[in-house]
Amino acid sequence: MTLSLDREPRADPPARVTTANVKLRQRVGEIWAARELLAAMVRKELKVKYKNSALGFVWSLLNPVMYLVIFYLVFSVFLKNGIPLFPIWLLSGLLVWNFMSMVVPGATGSVLANSALVKKIAFPREILPLSNVGAGLVHFFLQMTVLLAGLVAFQHGIDVGFLALVPLAVVTMVVLAAALGVLLAAVNVYVRDAGHLVELALLAWFWLTPIAYPFRQVSDTLPGHGIPFWLLNINPVTPIVTVFQRAFYNRTSVLLSNGKDRLPLLPDVGIRWHLTFLLAVLIGSIVVLVVSMRLFRRLEGNFAEAL
Amino acid sequence: MPPAIEIKRVSKKFDLGKESFDSLKERLVHFGRTKSEEFWALREVELDIAQGETIGLLGHNGSGKSTLLKIIAGILQPTYGEVVTRGRMSALLELGAGFHPDLTGRENVEMNGLLLGLSRRDIAKRFDDIVEFAGEQVSSAIDRQVKFYSSGMFVRLGFSVAVSIEPEILLVDEVLAVGDEAFAQKCLAKIKQFQREGRTIVFVTHGVDIVREICDRAAVLDHGLQIADGKPADAIRTFREHLFATGRAGEAQGIYLEEDEVEEEVPEGEAPRPRKPRRKVLRITEVTCSHAHQDERQHVYPGEPVQVEVRYSAEVPFDDPIIGIGLFSPNGVRIWGGNSQTLDVALGTLAPGEGAARFRIDSLPLLDGHYALQVGINDRDGQVIDWIDSMDGFEVGQHDKSVGIVALHVGLEHLPDPASTSPQGVATPEETKSTGPTADPSSPPEATPGPAATAEPEPVGASAAGQGHVAVGDAEAREAVVDGGVAKGEGAAVGSARLDRRAQ
Repeated sequence: MTLSLDREPRADPPARVTTANVKLRQRVGEIWAARELLAAMVRKELKVKYKNSALGFVWSLLNPVMYLVIFYLVFSVFLKNGIPLFPIWLLSGLLVWNFMSMVVPGATGSVLANSALVKKIAFPREILPLSNVGAGLVHFFLQMTVLLAGLVAFQHGIDVGFLALVPLAVVTMVVLAAALGVLLAAVNVYVRDAGHLVELALLAWFWLTPIAYPFRQVSDTLPGHGIPFWLLNINPVTPIVTVFQRAFYNRTSVLLSNGKDRLPLLPDVGIRWHLTFLLAVLIGSIVVLVVSMRLFRRLEGNFAEAL
Repeated sequence: MPPAIEIKRVSKKFDLGKESFDSLKERLVHFGRTKSEEFWALREVELDIAQGETIGLLGHNGSGKSTLLKIIAGILQPTYGEVVTRGRMSALLELGAGFHPDLTGRENVEMNGLLLGLSRRDIAKRFDDIVEFAGEQVSSAIDRQVKFYSSGMFVRLGFSVAVSIEPEILLVDEVLAVGDEAFAQKCLAKIKQFQREGRTIVFVTHGVDIVREICDRAAVLDHGLQIADGKPADAIRTFREHLFATGRAGEAQGIYLEEDEVEEEVPEGEAPRPRKPRRKVLRITEVTCSHAHQDERQHVYPGEPVQVEVRYSAEVPFDDPIIGIGLFSPNGVRIWGGNSQTLDVALGTLAPGEGAARFRIDSLPLLDGHYALQVGINDRDGQVIDWIDSMDGFEVGQHDKSVGIVALHVGLEHLPDPASTSPQGVATPEETKSTGPTADPSSPPEATPGPAATAEPEPVGASAAGQGHVAVGDAEAREAVVDGGVAKGEGAAVGSARLDRRAQ
């Protein structure tokens, strides 16, 4: 009944230093070393979410499907916005939003939700918000299959040139969510309002992002106020969403169902324009992520006590 | 070899004021007025813990000992200073802390292992050992969600995972208090095994007994200050003395006379000064150990009656105190402990004035050595009122040559096989060995020793067929059997077979 485990030789074990100032690079190394833990946390996150539920993973698909049905009914049927294949248009943008709206609140509450771990076990705590990002990404790809199924069903052609931007858009989306998640997770430990604030902010943010309505519907009105149209891209999610829409919906304007008018959807610009804004968001997100991780490090020192 | 743990001028500050203003509204309401209160949980603690050392961190609640442990574990960061640890570390702060109720035991073992820094490969390799160590009950439920586990199973699996990472450094925070007695013993056994294997153990507790039992060094913390560091016995003494000198043991209530209640504010950044002892409502004034031959010799002999008289002085009427004593062996093991409550003697209300409680030990069944005494008075809720630790108790001398600490009355009776013709009492151990019986219990009694028998390492082996038996007191049995030459073949013993097994 004893644990007879072979012991490694004890020659010069590596020293670990616990101090208030840990270099960022060292921290990134620690997180990298804990990648197996991160993967396990993501699995746990997914497993626990649907444990004891009959439908399990199907729920994660039912949510966007429900959105799709409601928005389709409201915008296409009742409001008659006249956009053909509105579900495809909608889902291309909604994918990105579903990711953000799942990851950011989840990550915000992650340290609090795992207080038992944080108080008793030493591990890089960034893993907690990051595991929400990972779980969100799994859902993202699952929902992507719904979109792909829709594309096949409607025999809708995609823009191959813009498809090349999609991976970069996904990376940007992940970095942005991670940056916000890490930041808010730490802040939420000290200011518990952060969680509620995030919920509220996301609601506003959704309608500020051109998902349910086309980009051009707003941007075309801006020059009249002396504002350049591209300023809409100040919302960091917008450049990501427009790349998805451009790639999967594959039109910058559509002929309305009345057969006469054309409805402008997306700016009639080249791939370079999209790439520029995408890169701007990516770089901005990386900067925020670095700042977030620093702040996280600073605040982490007292997590175990503040929880 | 560099120390396993270096604690370099570690200070830890907590901001207490912030705690109560968690929400934004409260922050706004109190904006500008939030004078967050600073609290230094640790002040420049400096300790080097050598590899293989078992150190106890002693301190009352709020002394900072748990904070220090968490900093060593890397759960908290020090405000100033740093901690360097060398080697794989496992912290037993709360067993099964990382378990998720909705995951199965198996999934949780993996999760917890990863949290403790193992790789998935390592976990897979150790999984069976972990589950086996956790016990039958857990292993049969390993694929069930842990929310269906009993708290005992939970803790057993948690401990099993924590020790399975084979830590070079083990941090223990009074977790042994949880779980059933048998499991607590198992934990302790594991810790002692780690100790023998030369691992470093940091043990946080306010129980002095456990420190005395397992630690080879102890440090005492008080209000974040390190006030002692050294041999357990010395540290424990400092712990007690300091506690009483500064009156912190009695912070609760009713231990000191009202008029002495002056709490001194310790200025920021300064060490709390030992305060002048306050007068206790009830205190031990004198303890005398006496025996019948007091005048002729100082020491007592085993079996003689002794008594311990505890004199006390009460300043105010005191309801239902409990007076107790503890007797300790020369190496610090508690031999006996008891008090008026365990002895079913109600002391009632003590009137102001003096009195005494006399413990009579009808016969002191101890062998040669110096035995220490501990005396204490508690109130009926168990709060310590006054205490004297490790004072001189009894000096025991001895007439016979037996060794140990307990004076057992042992008789010896030898019952050889009456039919045996072998000369008795002449066999030497060497002869015994070469002529020992075969190991086969089914062989006839007259079996002659063969080559197999010669190879048999046990002198009196399993010759269950023999007809004689030896009835002796435990300890000397083996010797007696050999000396008696029973091993010649016929005389053997039920008892000796049992002893042989133990001797392997």
